[in-house]
Amino acid sequence: MEITPTHYMLLSAALFIIGVVGVMVRRNIIIIFMSIELILNAVNINLIAYSAQQQNAVGQVFAIFVIAVAAAEAAVGLGIILAFYRNKETINIDEMNLMRW
Amino acid sequence: MGTAIAFYFISACILGFAVLVITTKETVHSVLFLVLDFLFVAALYVLLGAQFLAAIQILVYAGGIVVLYLFVVMLVNLKRPPEAHSDPRRKTKLGFGLAAAVLAELGAVAAYASKVPARPIVPAAVVPGITGNTEVVGWMLYTSYLIPFEIASMLLLVAMIGAIVLAKREL
Repeated sequence: MEITPTHYMLLSAALFIIGVVGVMVRRNIIIIFMSIELILNAVNINLIAYSAQQQNAVGQVFAIFVIAVAAAEAAVGLGIILAFYRNKETINIDEMNLMRW
Repeated sequence: MGTAIAFYFISACILGFAVLVITTKETVHSVLFLVLDFLFVAALYVLLGAQFLAAIQILVYAGGIVVLYLFVVMLVNLKRPPEAHSDPRRKTKLGFGLAAAVLAELGAVAAYASKVPARPIVPAAVVPGITGNTEVVGWMLYTSYLIPFEIASMLLLVAMIGAIVLAKREL
């Protein structure tokens, strides 16, 4: 019953896939952004599991960088959502096709 | 044994709340499930001995980012349901198929990696006198990874200015 890094890797893969399904299936752009946060969390779980296994703190340092990038992404993305909502009164990505073709 | 029980319990909660995040109809409920999910991820970090990351996870994710999401959900008051209109060319089944393909690939990599014998662990060069998770992480951030740390701070500054410019009504 020992918990190996493979267990953490499978948990991380499952969380990543849940995030991918959310990005691909939902049409509410706020929920799509939350799915991206889930994906970034899956990456962090992997980094920290291997950091714990290798007795090396580099993984935790990179997890901090991932969190910083996630914060920046959330701030800019939500700003874009607000600006778009002000112009088009919608947060449905199927209606966000200004620059599609 | 206790660690295994804790791991399986926390994993089940993480995956269950993640599924609820992407399946709930109400966006506000989705955000609240996201908070619970982040808290259980922080518990997983404690289980892995990364207490500093667990604190950062709770402060930045559950405290900061989720509040930002809640603000946006409150500011955007929709007159009709957000998912009412669907593009007829949208291929949801293709999305599930691609996700299943990625899962199969990740599973294959995990199965292969568990067969390969583990390389001997080379402990990182530890500076004498530094013990404890926070001290080690802080030492690495301010020595080997000083330049990336500064670049991350610049990124946050740029993102902050960009978010203000984007969300402002008129410049």
